[in-house]
Formats: sequence, structure tokens, C-alpha cells
Amino acid sequence: MEILTQIFQTNYLALIIEPLQYAFMFKAMAVSVVVGIACAILSCFLVLKGWSLLGDAISHAVLPGVVIAYIIGIPFGLGAFVFAMLAVVLIGFIKTNSKIKEDAVMGIVFTTFFALGLMLISKIVSSVDLTHVLFGEVLGISNESAWYTISILAVTSAIIIIFRRVFMVFCFDPTHAQSVGMPIKLIHYSFLVLLAITITGSIQTVGIILVIAMLITPGSTAFLLTKNFSTMIWIAVSISVVSSIIGAYASYYLDIATGGTIVFVQGCVFLTVFTYQTLKQRQL
Amino acid sequence: MENVAIELKNVSVNYSTQKALTDTTIKIPYHTFTGVIGMNGAGKSTLFKVIMGLVKPQIGSVTVCGDDTKTAQKHGHVAYVPQAELVDWDFPISVHEVVMMGRIGAQNIFKTPHQADLDRATEALLQVGMLDFKDRQIGELSGGQKKRVFVARALAQGADIFLLDEPFAGLDATSEKSLVELLISLKDKGKTIILATHDLMSLPDTCDHVALIKYTVIAHGPTKEVFTQELVSKTFDGVLHNIKFD
Ligand SMILES: Nc1ncnc2c1ncn2[C@@H]1O[C@H](COP(=O)(O)OP(=O)(O)O)[C@@H](O)[C@H]1O
Ligand SMILES: [Mg+2]
Repeated sequence: MEILTQIFQTNYLALIIEPLQYAFMFKAMAVSVVVGIACAILSCFLVLKGWSLLGDAISHAVLPGVVIAYIIGIPFGLGAFVFAMLAVVLIGFIKTNSKIKEDAVMGIVFTTFFALGLMLISKIVSSVDLTHVLFGEVLGISNESAWYTISILAVTSAIIIIFRRVFMVFCFDPTHAQSVGMPIKLIHYSFLVLLAITITGSIQTVGIILVIAMLITPGSTAFLLTKNFSTMIWIAVSISVVSSIIGAYASYYLDIATGGTIVFVQGCVFLTVFTYQTLKQRQL
Repeated sequence: MENVAIELKNVSVNYSTQKALTDTTIKIPYHTFTGVIGMNGAGKSTLFKVIMGLVKPQIGSVTVCGDDTKTAQKHGHVAYVPQAELVDWDFPISVHEVVMMGRIGAQNIFKTPHQADLDRATEALLQVGMLDFKDRQIGELSGGQKKRVFVARALAQGADIFLLDEPFAGLDATSEKSLVELLISLKDKGKTIILATHDLMSLPDTCDHVALIKYTVIAHGPTKEVFTQELVSKTFDGVLHNIKFD
């Protein structure tokens, strides 16, 4: 009885509003939502293109860039971006100039970069900072970083949405695109750059290890739910935004990791949808 | 010269170490229906890629509708119907959206569709008899219908030359026959049809021209003259099954 009374008497609106009165919480919420939207939009293209592993490779490969940026005092998104592009170029170069299969090439390149990052970190940075880089720390984000993240992710998302039809042909039928004279190499590299920027912009929130989940799970869940591409983007974005909001509140009230919670909620949504669809198909 | 749709002069293509085409010369006239035959790995798909300008030959020259391949691409002269196994049939895209991709070469950089583009797509779907299916996801079609959708895309593109890579693979006899009828009707309306096929049996009824490929063009010309036991046998290293030659 007492529990019931408590449930009815709780002021939920206050629970929702209270954390937002703190600037740090408001910032964390805004950044998480923007990261969620940017990653979700890109995830639809990435999943359909079959480039999930490349996203994983890029996200790991940025670690030394982040550490070096920390050492020499440049914005860490910039360091991360440089190493993301280095990884992409190296993967492409080794693939075209050897008979090693692409997945193996990616594996070699990203683990080597990641290992270099770990070496640098162990020598220079404290273990607290290491945890932040690997797993994200959005609650402590500075004003500067928050604005940086929000603005670059807004720009990349806008570019992807504006050129969505171009990227859709690129994913579905690059041969056709090229045969009617579309600059397929330019589109290919633009997509890679947008991917690299989105990853580097997101790692402060969810960290290097988990950012790939943000770039695969919402798109995959949405792919299970619809046969229409625009609908797929809307579903992915919705799932991602709700997960980000839940993640931010969870870290406030329960004191658990924001990034971890966001990715965990996304994974649960995926499994729920998958289970529901499997059961439905069995019954038919 | 006027009547030549495609001309390859002494074309050689190597993929890193692998030789695909060697010193290949061929002239394909407009308004013909050409069957390209040869064993697996003989270079049929490579020939198509050269014509589309996707693969640049190391040696030789390629002319398409009197232009170089880059200009031909800009004009959308050549349309390609891909091999079924190269298409992601689960992709969340409808029949109509696929056909609209035929217009993409002619649109602005944002690829915003205009009413004229939509009309062309509708007209193309009507022409191949697929208008009723326009809102279907592309995976929800039969093998023959899938091919028709891509033929509609080629029509929407306004291409003069249609390249079809093994369009009959996986089709039953009825679907193959109706696809052939569609392609012949397009040829009669002035299109140039070139297809790679393994179906040697029906080839004399389908194609008015034949190109025999074995790392180069062994022979090319009207079916009656070129589709002979001797030449076909040479193309397939003597391995022939139940093919009747007149
Ligand atoms: N992208 C490629 N890289 C390397 N070798 C290739 C590539 N594409 C085709 N080849 C090789 O070139 C030859 C011709 O291939 P292809 O034109 O696809 O033949 P077909 O379509 O007649 O089966 C084959 O030996 C094939 O293995
Ligand atoms: Mg082939």
C-alpha cells in the first residue's frame, strides 16, 4: 500500500524537470540528443552500405589522435579526425595493393592504431582520463566542447540530409551512379569524411568503444521495422533520441554511465523488436 | 560510321595481374539486339564495364554514340541492368524509387525530383507493365518483374543503349520469353540491346547479332553468319550441350 501511495504521490514532472535546472545536466542532455540524432541518421546509410566494420575501425583508430591532441593542446576532435582519415587512407591503400581481404586489413590497422593510443596514454595521461576517452563523459563536458560537438554534428547531419538521395544511390547502386556520370569517388570520400567527423564528434559522449553501437543499432532496428527509407531514418532517430534521454536521466538519478546506458537501451530496443518480429513470423 | 552505337578499337584491360580483355575490336550497330556469349571469366562483364566507362582500358579507344565514355555518361546514353546477385533486394526502396534513379544523371546536385521526372518514371513503368507494382519494395517481386523494373529505369534514363548482364539467370521459361518480347519491342522502337547470356538454345530466336567472347572478340556479326558450330565450339573450348545449329 505504502508503495502505491508513493507511486501516486510522486511528482513525475518535477523528476523530469529537476535535473534540467542544472546547467551541466542540461548540457549533457542536449549533447546526448544531438549525438543520438547525428549517429542515427548516418547509421541508416552505414548499415545498408554494409560498412559497420569500417565504422568500428575508424572509432578505434582515433585513440592516438585524441591523446596527441591532449599532449600538444589542440582540440581533441581535430586530433581524432586526423587519425581517422589516416586509418581510412591506410586501409584503402593496403587493400588495393595486397591480396589481404578487407576485414583483415581493417582489423590490423585499427588494432595497431588503438595499441599506439594505449601506449601513449599509459605513459602520459591519468587512468581517469583514459576511462573518459574510452567510455565517454558527457556530464563533465565543457561549454566549449558542448558547442563544438553540437555544431559539427548539426552540420554533418544537415549535409547528409540535404544529399540523402545522392548517398542513397551510392549505397544502393554505385555502378548505376557512376554510369550516369556521378562523381562516385568524391561521394565515397565525402561519406567517409562525414563518418569520421560524426565519430569524432560523438566520442566525448559515448566513448571510443561504444560509439560504433550508436552507428549500427538504431539503423538496424529501424531496418527491421520498415521497407521505406525515409521512415527508416525517422524510426532510427526516434529510438536514438529516446535512448539518449533515458541515458542522461539514468546517469543523474542512478549515477551510472551515460554512454553505457544509451547503448544498452538501444540494444534492448533492438532485441525487443527482433523478438517481437520472430514471434510474429512463427505464428503466421 | 553514322550507324555505329559502340566501337572498341584494340582495347586491352588488365585487373592488376589478371588479363581480362586483349586487343579487342568490335563495332555494334544501332537498333540491333546483340547476344554476348562466352564462358565464365571470358570477359563479358568487363566488356560492359568498358562500354559504361567504369573500367578504363590500359590500351585502345572506346566510342559510345560517337562520344568518349565520359561524355556518353553525361548524356546518359548507356543504361545498365545489373546481374540479380549484385542487387541488395532487401534495400528499403520501392519500385518507383528505383525507376526514379534513372533520372538522377539529369538532375541537380541535390537530386530533387521534378514533375517531369515523375512523369518519365510513370511512363516507363507503364511501358514495362509494372505500374501496378510501383509502391512495392523491390524484393517483393518475381525474378522477371525485378528485371522489368530495371529496364524501366533504363527507359526513364532515356538511354539509347541497354546493357543487360545475364538477365535470364534464374528466370523460368515463361518470364524469360516475356522479357525477350519486351526487349524486342524496345529494339523495334529504336533502342540498341546488348545482353550477356548463357542461354545458347534460344539465342537464334532472340538476338539478331552475336558477339563471341574469349578474352577478346572471337567473332561478331549477324547471328546467321556467326552463330556456327565451329565458332561457338571455339568460344567454349569445344564443350557444347544440345545446341542445334541450322
Ligand atoms: N575487379 C576485378 N579484379 C580482378 N580481376 C577481375 C575483376 N573483375 C573481373 N576480373 C577477372 O577478369 C576476368 C574476366 O571477368 P568478367 O569480365 O567478369 O567475365 P564474365 O563476365 O565473362 O564471366 C576473369 O578472369 C575475372 O576473374
Ligand atoms: Mg559476368
